[in-house]
Amino acid sequence: MNVIAAADGEPLIRWDWIGDHTGQLADLTVHHLKLALLPILFGLVLAIPLGVMCVRWRWLYPPTLGVANVLYGVPSLAFFMLLIPYFGIGSGGKADFTIIVPMTLFSLSVLVPNVVDGLRSVPDPVRQAATAMGFGTLRRLIQVELPIAVPVVIAGARVATVASISLVSVGMLIGNGGLGQLFIDGYARDFTTPIIVSCVLIIALALVSDGVLVAAQRLLTPWARRRTR
Amino acid sequence: MIKFDGVSKRYADGTVAVDDLTLEIPTGQITVLVGPSGCGKTTTLRMINRLIEPTSGTITIDGEDIRSQDPARLRRGIGYVIQHAGLFPHRTIVDNVATVPYLLGWDKKKARATAMELLERVGLDPKMAKRYPYQLSGGQQQRVGVARALAADPPVMLMDEPFSAVDPIVRSSLQDEFIRLQSDLRKTIAFVTHDIDEAVKLGHTVAVFKVGGVLAQHSTPDELLGHPADDFVKEFLGGDKGLKRLRFNRELDLRDEPGVGAAER
Repeated sequence: MNVIAAADGEPLIRWDWIGDHTGQLADLTVHHLKLALLPILFGLVLAIPLGVMCVRWRWLYPPTLGVANVLYGVPSLAFFMLLIPYFGIGSGGKADFTIIVPMTLFSLSVLVPNVVDGLRSVPDPVRQAATAMGFGTLRRLIQVELPIAVPVVIAGARVATVASISLVSVGMLIGNGGLGQLFIDGYARDFTTPIIVSCVLIIALALVSDGVLVAAQRLLTPWARRRTR
Repeated sequence: MIKFDGVSKRYADGTVAVDDLTLEIPTGQITVLVGPSGCGKTTTLRMINRLIEPTSGTITIDGEDIRSQDPARLRRGIGYVIQHAGLFPHRTIVDNVATVPYLLGWDKKKARATAMELLERVGLDPKMAKRYPYQLSGGQQQRVGVARALAADPPVMLMDEPFSAVDPIVRSSLQDEFIRLQSDLRKTIAFVTHDIDEAVKLGHTVAVFKVGGVLAQHSTPDELLGHPADDFVKEFLGGDKGLKRLRFNRELDLRDEPGVGAAER
């Protein structure tokens, strides 16, 4: 706020700056998406087997959820710092994992409970009928239980995605925050345009990603239209 | 024929669900298992397709011990219909019906063609094939459940209160159609219900269970109504025996009409 107020005589947005930097903005947007969405993908890859195990062995769920929540409680910056010795600092290449790994772990605290709830949303008669018709355990999981869990899992993925897109910006503090870079840039130069532009773009990314997930859910689960209302 | 020989089911906490049951379910007939809740009728049914394993005793189908087969394979050869249909919400009606053919590895086209035939057979408009279960009424879903159980033409069908969750008028018409269907198909059917009227209406024979999993009487409906084996059976049959008997005789006339195909296996 201070920055904007201090911009004496300077307009809040200089439109020509945007025109001059479209290339850079596009690159940062793509990179931001990569840093935000790869963790969701990896998060799902981890959360699905974890969720399946937690449903199968009930005792496993509280400790798993506990660990996921503790991980989520670690301040993102501290987590990034912790990983710098392994993956390095800066933007691109291996250094991206300094951001991607913590973000993946953060996503678990939303994704694991949603996988568990999704699997538990399979009605008992459906599970029983599947068994009685001769589905083996694995086949039942893949052909019946997981497909029925999809709406709940996607609901979780939507929350995790939006959170991830906003959280990536913190990476700017170690020189890799996607569009968040523009905050530092604008702050350092007392120049509001990049700050406003990056905010708008981040919000737009969140809205578009959410829209894409909603569309994906409608396509993947036409049978759930009444239930989700 | 399905044969129970000294079958018991005891749980770790000491509860006895089924107590030393010896029972024959004849080929090509409907045998109804009836009794109050907690009498072990559903446990008995579920032991046939190994959803529940007995503690002792043996169950054979046509002389073969059911334990000699892999459970999943055994189940694909036994139709199963339950109270709330248990249709797969994420699959269309036609794919629901084709479930077991798919599991058996049939060609997709053939599986679907069979499913379409069955939909018609259970009285459903083929236009419903592409719909999802939530778009159907309870009665329609139950018909789909029956079609799904019949899809791979299993010789044996297990039905666990299939018509209990629908309203009385729909139930009655489902029962009538079921009798008609069975007179064509002549499956070996074990049918569980808590409703004695339904038992008497549908069963060639009726097995009455007492709480604790004891078989109280197994006989034809006529015999059951005319000569209840003990006070428990008498009480379970209720007061309007005469009326039931009258109605039952009409069902029997319809069912045993000459000219309906002989057993198909």
